Amino acid sequence: MEEAAISTSTSSASTADPGIELAVELEGITKRFPGVVANRDIRLSVRRGHVHAIVGENGAGKSTLMKILYGMQRPDEGEIRVNGAPVHFRTPTDAIAAGIGMVHQHFMLADNLTVLENIILGSEPRRFGGAIDFAAARRKIKEISDAYGLGVTPDALVEDLGVGARQRVEILKVLYRGARILILDEPTAVLVPQEVDELFDNLRGLVREGLTIIFISHKLDEVLSVADAITVIRRGTTVAGVTPKDVTARRLAELMVGSELPSPETRESTVTPDVALAVRGLTVRGDGGRPIVDDVSFEIHKGEVLGIAGVEGNGQAELVEAIMGMRPAEGVITLGDQDISAWSTLRRREGGIGYIPEDRHRHGLLLDAPLWENRILGHQTRKPNVKGPWIDRAGARADTQRIVDSYDVRTPGIDVIAAALSGGNQQKLIVGREMSGDPVVLIASHPTRGVDVGAQAAIWDHLRAARAAGLAVLLISADLDELIGLSDSLKVILRGRMVADVDPADVTPERLGSAMTGAGAGGDRDTPAPEQLGPAATGAGEEA
Amino acid sequence: MSSSFTDRLLGKVRLGGLLALAAPLLAIVFAGVITSIILALTGNPPLETLRLLVDYGTQSRTIVNIINLATTYYISALAVAVGFRMNLFNIGVDGQYRLAALIAAAVGGALVLPAPLHVGVTILVAVAVGGLWASIAGLLKVTRGVSEVISTIMLNAIATGVGAWLLTTDRLAVAVSGSNNIGTKPIPPSGQFPGFALIPGTQAKVFGFAVVAVLLGVAYYVLFNWTRFGFDMRATGRSESAAVASGVSVKKMVLVTMIISGAAAGLVGMPQLLGASYSYSLDFPTGLGFTGIAIALLGRNNPVGIAIGALLWSFLDNSSEILDLEGIPKEIVTIMQGTIVLSVIIAYELVHRYRTTAEQHRVSRQLSAESSSAPGSGSASRSESDSESDSASEEGAKA
Amino acid sequence: MTTVSDAPATAPAPPGARRPRRNWQILLLGLLALLVMMSIARVVTGAGDITSGGTIGAAVGLAVPIGLAALGGLWSERSGVVNIGLEGMMILGTWCGAWGALTFGTWGGVLAGAIGGALGGLLHAVVTVTFGVDHIISGVAINILGLGATQYLSKLVFTGMKGGGETQSPRIPAVADVSVPGIGGPLLDLENRHLFLVSDLAGVLRGITQDVSLFTIVAVLLVPISFYVLWRTAFGLRLRSCGERPVAAESLGVNVYFYKYVAVVISGALAGLGGAFLSMVAAGIYREGQTGGRGFIGLAAMIFGNWRPGGLAGGALLFGYTDALQLRQGGTSVHALLLVVAIMLAGFAVYQLVRQNRTWAALITAVFAVAVFVVFAMTDTVPEQFTSFTPHLTTLLVLSLASQRLRMPAADGVPYRKGQAK
Repeated sequence: MEEAAISTSTSSASTADPGIELAVELEGITKRFPGVVANRDIRLSVRRGHVHAIVGENGAGKSTLMKILYGMQRPDEGEIRVNGAPVHFRTPTDAIAAGIGMVHQHFMLADNLTVLENIILGSEPRRFGGAIDFAAARRKIKEISDAYGLGVTPDALVEDLGVGARQRVEILKVLYRGARILILDEPTAVLVPQEVDELFDNLRGLVREGLTIIFISHKLDEVLSVADAITVIRRGTTVAGVTPKDVTARRLAELMVGSELPSPETRESTVTPDVALAVRGLTVRGDGGRPIVDDVSFEIHKGEVLGIAGVEGNGQAELVEAIMGMRPAEGVITLGDQDISAWSTLRRREGGIGYIPEDRHRHGLLLDAPLWENRILGHQTRKPNVKGPWIDRAGARADTQRIVDSYDVRTPGIDVIAAALSGGNQQKLIVGREMSGDPVVLIASHPTRGVDVGAQAAIWDHLRAARAAGLAVLLISADLDELIGLSDSLKVILRGRMVADVDPADVTPERLGSAMTGAGAGGDRDTPAPEQLGPAATGAGEEA
Repeated sequence: MSSSFTDRLLGKVRLGGLLALAAPLLAIVFAGVITSIILALTGNPPLETLRLLVDYGTQSRTIVNIINLATTYYISALAVAVGFRMNLFNIGVDGQYRLAALIAAAVGGALVLPAPLHVGVTILVAVAVGGLWASIAGLLKVTRGVSEVISTIMLNAIATGVGAWLLTTDRLAVAVSGSNNIGTKPIPPSGQFPGFALIPGTQAKVFGFAVVAVLLGVAYYVLFNWTRFGFDMRATGRSESAAVASGVSVKKMVLVTMIISGAAAGLVGMPQLLGASYSYSLDFPTGLGFTGIAIALLGRNNPVGIAIGALLWSFLDNSSEILDLEGIPKEIVTIMQGTIVLSVIIAYELVHRYRTTAEQHRVSRQLSAESSSAPGSGSASRSESDSESDSASEEGAKA
Repeated sequence: MTTVSDAPATAPAPPGARRPRRNWQILLLGLLALLVMMSIARVVTGAGDITSGGTIGAAVGLAVPIGLAALGGLWSERSGVVNIGLEGMMILGTWCGAWGALTFGTWGGVLAGAIGGALGGLLHAVVTVTFGVDHIISGVAINILGLGATQYLSKLVFTGMKGGGETQSPRIPAVADVSVPGIGGPLLDLENRHLFLVSDLAGVLRGITQDVSLFTIVAVLLVPISFYVLWRTAFGLRLRSCGERPVAAESLGVNVYFYKYVAVVISGALAGLGGAFLSMVAAGIYREGQTGGRGFIGLAAMIFGNWRPGGLAGGALLFGYTDALQLRQGGTSVHALLLVVAIMLAGFAVYQLVRQNRTWAALITAVFAVAVFVVFAMTDTVPEQFTSFTPHLTTLLVLSLASQRLRMPAADGVPYRKGQAK
């Protein structure tokens, strides 16, 4: 390719090569929402038969852009051209008609319908009288499935399928509609590495057949291994177009976040010999008695951050809920020198366990309630929120204001409902709340997921400060740099079992990643050369 | 339902607050227009009908009746509202109050006790029976996962059967002299709740129980807005998952709320029983529980709103008596009531949506204005967060 | 160096076993077993009415309005809209059916009943789908409105008619009956011989083949038709997808609002038909309060039937049957049924113990079985007031025993706003 390795101008990488057929072109796309510009002057050219990756941080505007391309939202300015012809999509149906299909990050599948029903929905083959021609549908699905090696079984119920299989159903759904351009939104977020490999094999197969794939991700190693071209988006606009062979992951990460690369590293150890939380033989069973968390034991000392690494869905969420008493479990949990195994969630919280939940909307906030009421949530038996059986409004409000001030929660006031805040500010409020009342142990589940860079750095600072003050932290995260940077010790969870202990001072994200997949320390399966494999997303963690 | 009107109103006094008051008023006007159209279509003069209603409804005697009936409606609506606050639909208030009133009437008629004690015991019995009957639905929900909507509807029918079985001359009933009606033994004067002649120009007395109803309203307000328990209930109503994570035992809350709701329902029959009929007979009023649901919806679970709703409902019910005499079917009032409920809940829903969106926009505008230079603030594409799923999907995995 | 311990990884869990599909043989066997138990109960207690042709005929007749309401619930809830306003729509159906039959004749009545209910459904759709109000609240309001509207209209319309009044209509001309010819007499003979099982079978056959209203046949046909439309056509698939995962449907270009609207309007029409059946066939007259909560029972029958047409038909028959019993020697018949319940509970206890290994559950069930049997043995009859709520109590018992096994549409009752997929 003649194009510059890294062109930091806003012009598209591919415009240098006008002779090549372009599947999709976006020019000057701008999308405003009240108060915010989500996309600003986006330029993008995707060549036919390419895997084109779009990388950027959470909230950089990738998803909005793809929704515009898929007809779910309309741009305020700019032009979209598909196969050279300008298009104006009003609904996804228009996009589908133009041969564009989208595989959503959160699968758009109905669990209680069969694979076949999910696939044909909206474009059903019919016989007389509106009846569905199931035989024809089955035949066509089989054909497509065989042609691209997707291995989809039409008559299974979707709820019986694993994540990887569901994703293949999603892809087939799009192909079934005759799409030649596929948008995949964060397709690997929920996959285990083997499934990622399979997915990439499938994608390469699709490209060989002449299809075009737009691949949205912020996992840079994956992008580098599968993409033919990469466009970087930062703060709503395209900042660079690059080719994988000309760029390192580290450089990509810098392009994504601009100049700042916040580092989650902790300095000196503050671990003390006192055990704050001990878990012994903890087992959580799912439906049918199958263990989801299997005989897990660990100790966290005062001033220690224990990180749990693992691919999502390996029992982390259940482990946390069991420790919080939200889910029945076998085994012994001790807080200090007290056996709390039989305690209710409330008593555990009163005993000094703080909890930053994984899903703040479902578990952390009352979205419809003002901030000061959210301050009370989870602390409704403790000062300054209550006096005996009475709510202490003045106390709660004053303390909410304190949290807003000292945790830099950006809000016009404490009477605003929680839903009105951005994700980062909601999370800072939760962190502030859980840090108040002098917790002994903090369970932090993905504490910086989906928050902006500034809030992320602030939350890390707060965690470090609390650790220095003697707090014991159980940190669950999918961000390996966060885990390595913050933790004093690391454990790896796989299929509900603790399979490895790792010293964070002496591990790289890629080694940790392979331990998470069960490949073990020596596992170099598919691991590209280290210099190519810079830190994901926020980078910089491993140089120490 | 999860939205709490009170808190919004108390928390912020802005345009939104005015809007929240104006919306139900507009909805009532809208319902009036619909009703007028129906009246006109069926050949009745709308304005004349309205004039008849107002004229009759403002006579002293009718006012007493309005207050008395509103007292009953108010308690019924409070009982329903307790459940609503936690997203529990206690459709069973109807059965709960009828069974409670029957048994309390039987006990009250059989007892010989000094005055305050006699009344107290009768009321306690009613509260206990109502709570017990409602606890069946609560238990079925927490232990077997049976939706309280269905179970309370079924329990209403069962209460009717059990009540009919109890109210026979073999068991709790005696013949009412001078009619072929039967009822429980009349409660002696020591067990009656005195009323007072409040309204000038009529001998009719306002139920003394109206005072109790007001106290119940205050207790309801205090419970929800000032106590820990009330906070837990509201939290559960707004987000069950968040309540669980905060340490609330949802099962316990469901059961206790159901019992409180049923206990309050037990009081619904008391104004009538202790203030007017002194006996539970075959013609004891029915269907009060369903009226309570409608009024709780009208008042948006707010104790003052419910009081206004109860008075409005009672006004329509009482003043409509005149319509039949004038050859206008008084059921036009039921149509009006149904239309009011529907238009008011739609109005609330629209206001709620409008305000949530407006507030989000206001916050993001305010913040982007004050700190446009701050890195990453108001992160680009998160502005659509007025629907939960939006921001959730936007904030997907960060790895 | 880095990694220390390496625990062996467990094998991946097998995928969840699929639920076995009940096949026809098991269903027939179950029905036969039920008939045997009822036959035993009849022989033991002498309560001849529990399997008589008259009872079965009445049961079918009473099952129709419940079943139609349940079908209405099915359509609505499969599209994701909870319809507790079925009762109100049914009330509209009773009035409109009577009025239509008096004005335009039988089939005019059927049509008018459906339209009356459909109007209620349309209102429910506007409130829940367009305005996104909580479905149960809207349903409650529609029940109030349905009652008020019919009361108002009765006074306006029926008061002036000969034989009509403020709360009731004049007599409605009967809907034609049909019978399978030539077998009525022999079956009756057989039934009257009181032979074990044979007479019971004859009673059942006579009940379902003789003097069946045409309206009943239409109603019964609506069950397979609903199944066909909802599960075999593109229209039905889209409708159901709105109740399972509306965002997925919308992302594929399905107009979620449209399908919800259609479903809820059809739901109202079916409930209205059920109401029209009550006034036109069951009573032959419109009376205020005629539905007697059958809309709610229909909802219960639908839940009992696990949101499936076949299941809800079974539920409707069960409720229709218990309803019919109270009309025919209620006390004695329901008393005899206690024996059937005791036997069934005992059987269930054995099943729990042997097949499911749930000792505690089996013990509790067994205690219930014994308790029911003791009540049966100690009494001669059930008070008539108690027989009136037999269907409701049955509903409650069935729900408390089986609610965990039921599977409602995943997005049922969840307000949906266009554009959530964005």
